[in-house]
Amino acid sequence: MDKDEAFKRFGCVIGVADASFSVNRGEVFCIMGLSGSGKSTIIRHVNRLIEPTDGQIHVEGRDVMSLNAGDLRDLRARKIGMVFQHMALWPHKTIAANVAFGLEVQKRPLEQRKAAADAALTKVGLAGWGARYPDELSGGMQQRVGLARALAADPDILLMDEPFSALDPLIRNDLQDEFLKLSREVKKTTLFITHDLDEAMKMGNRIAIMKDGRIEQTDRPENIVLRPATDYVARFVSSISTLKYISASEIMTAGKTAGDAAEFGPSTPLPVLLQAFSDGASELAIKDGDATLGIIRASDVLDRIKEDLSRV
Amino acid sequence: MDRILNPFDHFAIPFGKWAEIVLNAIVEFSRPTLLAAKIPVQSFLDFVQGALESIPPSAGILALILLGYYLGGRRLALTGFVCLTFIGLMGAWQAAMTTLSIVISAVAICILFGLPIGILAARSDRFFKVLRPILDLMQTVPSFVYLIPVVMLFGIGDTPGVIVTCLFAITPLIRLTNLGIREVRADLVEAARAFGASEMRVLLGTQLPLARATLLAGLNQTVLLSLSMAVVASMISVAGLGRIVLEGIGRLDFGSATIGGMGIVLTAIALDRYVQAMGAAARDREGRG
Repeated sequence: MDKDEAFKRFGCVIGVADASFSVNRGEVFCIMGLSGSGKSTIIRHVNRLIEPTDGQIHVEGRDVMSLNAGDLRDLRARKIGMVFQHMALWPHKTIAANVAFGLEVQKRPLEQRKAAADAALTKVGLAGWGARYPDELSGGMQQRVGLARALAADPDILLMDEPFSALDPLIRNDLQDEFLKLSREVKKTTLFITHDLDEAMKMGNRIAIMKDGRIEQTDRPENIVLRPATDYVARFVSSISTLKYISASEIMTAGKTAGDAAEFGPSTPLPVLLQAFSDGASELAIKDGDATLGIIRASDVLDRIKEDLSRV
Repeated sequence: MDRILNPFDHFAIPFGKWAEIVLNAIVEFSRPTLLAAKIPVQSFLDFVQGALESIPPSAGILALILLGYYLGGRRLALTGFVCLTFIGLMGAWQAAMTTLSIVISAVAICILFGLPIGILAARSDRFFKVLRPILDLMQTVPSFVYLIPVVMLFGIGDTPGVIVTCLFAITPLIRLTNLGIREVRADLVEAARAFGASEMRVLLGTQLPLARATLLAGLNQTVLLSLSMAVVASMISVAGLGRIVLEGIGRLDFGSATIGGMGIVLTAIALDRYVQAMGAAARDREGRG
């Protein structure tokens, strides 16, 4: 049953349906979709800020749906940190109190809270700002505080609901880079919501593309671009150049090199191949270990580039 | 023919009788309960009144000046000083203290009931739907009309005066509590829940502090409505500034009526400014230095 049919028959709107996925430990998993596609609903199902009508949620093997109110609060406070689109910092609390809120809920002693808040603020580059109030900070700084707040209780999971959408492009870019760096350091399992395909491609180890409450495709970024599973995804990624994602294995043709050509692996990116040609090679051998997989001629590369440019 | 042209000369329903019967039945039925309900109100009023009347005027004024300086600086302290001194010089100090104790008692009871009702209304759309017409009715009914059932149920005097004042003044507090909580940004509340806060913590730590300005606007309205009830309530033998006005009008003694009226205005100004100053956040107070 699709959205329109459900609306006609029951007067209900389907928020999310038939959208199963699992996120691996330490992975950044992006959910990408336009507004109304159900991505914000789905992230709120994970910690049950929005109660799902039906379905299952498992965090580290624990069934979240079966938790009682107290255990659910405990899960939210200890296991899951959340970052919001419009920062959602409490204006009546200091930055330090905002950051330490999760620990305050856990009734940790004051010194521990202070130390954790300082550590988290240092991580996001805002050491010494703890005594200020949110309205004294710029948007980018406020979202760093939002991130610090999510990290302060040292949760295993980060839920990020369009965390950088409300920021200026330059600051967004900076924060994306910093988050990637931080993410590699702290290794948090991250569910990252965005409506921006470029952001999804940049941040995600894997991406799920949503449409009308359903997941259209879940895959690695390069596969989303090179091998879209549905027309919708294809239309979506048509504006993105495939050149950044193709590698030797996508260009090569079957055959053998005459003589001794330079050898490359199958996952060699396009710029490296181009460099080899401009260094004077006429053809390249693609090998995986000893086995020859195929060859690439300069014309193959040019054809591929032409094909990419004539897309859309 | 006359029956058709002037039907009301021939047909009438004894509505007044019915109302009397119903009210009497209620009075009969609930007298013990109502008398018991009156006792805590009375003892609270006696306590406040005793406290206010035992303070010598000069000490009272000094305390008000200090409080004014703490809450709002020199200006507020000056306002408090001028208002109270003038009331004292007019010879209305005693009456003003009586009125003030009735207002304080009424406002305290309004907060005791109004705040929880407002919170409940903010959390439950269904409850608010039921409550809204009741609040509309309470605000439409003229203040005099409240006197009738209150006199029948509670008798006359200062304590029924406090009760009638509560009935008249509680609505804005309920309305603005409801509004204030509903207006708190949804994502701030959601964020508190997302970090594991219990519903009680969400209410006390996030919703009420963020609704503070609106809550205090409601409180301010309730205080001023309580004070405006002083004259009306004096008709059921409530003492204080209102009685001076009422007696002045009754004897066509405009001098004393004006004293009573002026006393009410000055008390109102002082109360309004002080409650408003409470609305300024503690942070603003620090910032002012």
